[in-house]
This record gives sequence, C-alpha cells and structure tokens, in this order.
Amino acid sequence: MSTIEHDQLLLKGLAENDKKSIETIYRQNYSMIQSFVLNNNGSADDARDIFQEAMVVLYEKAKLSSFLLSCQLKTYLYSICRRLWLKRLQQMSKFSTQVENLEETVAVEEEIEEHEKVNNDFILMEHAMNKIGEPCKSLLDAYYLQKKNMLEIAGEFGYTNADNAKTQKYKCLVRLKKLFFAQYKNA
Amino acid sequence: MEDILLLEAVERYLAGEMNLQEKSVFEDLRKKNAELDQLVVEHTYFLQGLDKYGTLKSFKHTLLEVESNLASEGLMATPALKGKAKVLSLWNKYKRSMAVAASIAGFISLLTLGLTITYTKKYGNESYYELVKEITKTNKEIIVLKSKNVLPAIPIKPEPKVDFMGSGFLIDGKGYLVTNAHVISKMKNIYVENTKGQYYNAVAVYTDNNVDLAILKINDTAFRAVTNLPYSIKRSNSDLGEQFFTLGFPRKEIVYGEGYVSAKSGSDGDTTSYQLTVSANPGNSGGPVINRNGEIIGIITAKDSKADGVVYAAKSKNIFNLLDKIKPEEKYQLKTPVNTTLKGLDRVQQVKKMEEFVYMVVGN
Repeated sequence: MSTIEHDQLLLKGLAENDKKSIETIYRQNYSMIQSFVLNNNGSADDARDIFQEAMVVLYEKAKLSSFLLSCQLKTYLYSICRRLWLKRLQQMSKFSTQVENLEETVAVEEEIEEHEKVNNDFILMEHAMNKIGEPCKSLLDAYYLQKKNMLEIAGEFGYTNADNAKTQKYKCLVRLKKLFFAQYKNA
Repeated sequence: MEDILLLEAVERYLAGEMNLQEKSVFEDLRKKNAELDQLVVEHTYFLQGLDKYGTLKSFKHTLLEVESNLASEGLMATPALKGKAKVLSLWNKYKRSMAVAASIAGFISLLTLGLTITYTKKYGNESYYELVKEITKTNKEIIVLKSKNVLPAIPIKPEPKVDFMGSGFLIDGKGYLVTNAHVISKMKNIYVENTKGQYYNAVAVYTDNNVDLAILKINDTAFRAVTNLPYSIKRSNSDLGEQFFTLGFPRKEIVYGEGYVSAKSGSDGDTTSYQLTVSANPGNSGGPVINRNGEIIGIITAKDSKADGVVYAAKSKNIFNLLDKIKPEEKYQLKTPVNTTLKGLDRVQQVKKMEEFVYMVVGN
C-alpha cells in the first residue's frame, strides 16, 4: 500500500472516530512531535496537549468530504503542531519564537484559524453545559449527545413516563440555550 | 408550556418527523410569522452547535483512551504514578507541586515582564525623571540634626529612618492622601509629616502604576480628622496657559512654586498627564498643582532631565478614577472636598490656608 493510500485510510478512520486509526496515527507521529516540543522549550505535557489539539484539527478536516490531503500526513501533522506550538510560545511571550525545524512544513494558517473558532464554540457550549447543573446536564447529554430515546431516558432517570421526561428535557434545553446565547451577548 | 410545545414542533420539523400535512401547515406558519421563522433558524444553529460539541467531546474521549493505552505501553510519557524506582516515584509525587511552583514562578516572571513593559512604555523616554528623592547619607545627617533642633516639643515618637522622600496631600479629612505610586514603590514603611512637624504612620490603600498615583491612609491614633479641606479637586481638564502654584517637599521645608500648563499631554503623548512649566526637584513628586481658584488640577510626577523646566503632572481627574476603583469596598467611601474656600484670596492667604494639608511622604 502506498503512503497516500495508507494516509487516506487513516483519515477515513479518524473521521469515524475509529480507535484503531487514531492509535496508528499516534504511534507513527507522536514521538516526532514530542521531540519537537521538548527541543523547543516545552514539556512532555505540552507535547501531549499540542498533539491532542492537532488531532482535533485533523479530525475536523477529515470529516469534510471536500478535504484532500496535499502532502504526507506526517508533514501535515507536523506543520499543525509547529504552528500551534509557536502560537502558544507567543502567548507565553516568554521565549523567542526562533523555533528549530525538524521537518518541512506546509501552510496551515487557515486550519488553525478555523480550529480556533471550533474550539471557541466548544468552550462556550461546555461552559453553558457546566452551568445548567444536574439533572439537566445528564438529561441533555443522554438525549442530544448520546442520542438515547425518551423511553430509555425516562427509565434511567426515574421519570414515570416518557412525556414527563420530554417536558423536562425541553425545559432544560431552554435554559441551556439562554445560557449559551447570553455568553455571546457578554462577549 | 407553550414555548415547550413550540420547541417540540420545531425539533420535529427539523428532524423531518412531521407528516406532509403537518409540515405544510408549519411551513405556512413560518412564512407568516417572522418570530417563528427566527426561532427555527436559531434553534437549527443551536442544535448544530450542540451536535458539534457532542461529537468533538466523544472524539476527545477517544483520544484520551488511546493516550492512556499508549502510555501504559510506555510509548508516551505518562503522568500516572508507577512507583518503579524511588526517585521516579518521588518525582511523580512532587511533580504536581513542582508544576504549581513552576507555574507560580512563571506567572511572577510574566507579571514582572508585564510591569517592566508598562514601565518601559510609560517611561520609555530616557530623560523622564521621577521626582522622588533618595536621601543620601550626608543629607540624612542634616535632617536628623535639624529635626532635633526644630521638633523638641512634640511628644516623643521614634523618628523614622528616611530613605525616600516625596510629597502628598489630603483628599479626605479622615486621613486619605494622594501621592505618586513611584514615591512609595520602594518604601516598606510609609510615614507622612505635615508642616507642623507631626509624623503619622500611613499605609497604601491603592496604587495604580499606569497613571502613577497612589492613595494612602493615615493609620495613626494620634491623627485628628480634618472637617473642611479648603481646596477642591478639579474633574475637568485644564486649559493651556492656565496658571497654577505648587506646594511640595524637595527639602524638609515646604516649598512654593509657580508656573503654567504648557501642554495637554505628558511625556510621549500620555494623555493622562500634563506638561507644565515650573521648577520642580526630587521630592516634589506627589505634590499638588493648584489653580488660582484653589482647585487641584494635577499631581507632580516627573520632569524631563534634559530639558529645562519641563515637568509632568498627572491630571486630577485620575484621582476620581482611583476612588471609583476602591469604592466597592465599604470602608473606602471617601468624601472628596467639593468646594474651594480659597477663591478670591490673595496667594499668601491661599498658601497659608492649605499648606498644613500638604504632607511630606517619607519612608524606608
């Protein structure tokens, strides 16, 4: 199997949240990224963080049907990590941004920008979710995220029937929505 | 309840669970009712967001699973305690506290950096020269000598060791003073002394390095609150050419000065201060700049060491900004003087009436 085919297969698996593919990507690339971060004023924990973030970027991309990898996956991942790490160094403004290069890179500015937006949305939703409290949080999680049906949820949470659970779920959703959009107003 | 029914309808519509008839009725309603239309759009956006959040969350969960797998294989550095070797386990054990310590250290270094940056920004001009006086040894001896002769009648109180000297003035008769932040920045103990030679302990209540101002509170049982301060503090900006006088302590004696506002901004275009033409010397920092009506228009902060008579003063309205910042705390409800009783008096009378409220700020 050629590298390109191999990479494409991995990306397909990644988009489907397939554990095996994710593991393979980690195995093939993690050590390189780790040594890059360690060589440039970072710690092992930083390397972990950066790699995780890069995986999220890659995941977002892989899910798009329009995405076509124009270089090796290895190069792409490295470019993203490098950009993310540079950004973090800049934020800490502690170190010079002279960063050693281990690999060739491709332009990934757009990806990083998009990722920041996605990340921001994620944080906003997480905040709102953390604010609504229980049992709302679990209820919404069960219905909207785990996609369980109302009957199942009613049984799990101890509602007498699915209709009551449903009413409660909508009440929770209204609250979550309020909290979520309030953050936009404040921002 | 109606909201909930509506929301349910919207969700069913979006999920494509409505039958044809329902759907056409709903779409009709959407067309007619802009509010409903908006609700559908908003809810679609929100549900998409929720969905994205869900998938990303489960993806992150998978990542963590993979990581812990790899970590247990030793392919990744692991933060979990393994206890293979004693040093290692100790390292693991204290890694957290070390990380905390390191992050505190990091934070402090960042803070210092930030401060340095603000300072370099504010005092980027090399010739910007703060007028706090550092007492040299010979000077100190002179002071000690002098005070022994001048102040024998005052109830015996150990005279503080004086390393730095500046000026300040009361803004609230209860014992609140304004001075420059740089005057007190190096002082561990702060004392204030009025023209009668009375010393009081003081503490800094609030400092703002950006505008270089600080509020002090006299913390001394010997201090008697003053009911009426003769001057007021001006809230608006002063005009070019406005004449003023200054009072301050470039030496142990209060010194009077006169000048005019020469520019509406300070060093490097700093709009929170004025440029004045007046003579000022180390020790004048923190002293009031008073116009002919007896309104305080500024606080002397620095001078240009290279140009003659170029002095900078923080605008008086900054005082109100500072007061607003400490206001949330109940004990700091300050009452600044609103009326000046100095208007129309001749200069000698004006100075006589207000000099006892101008303090020497000293410390070590």
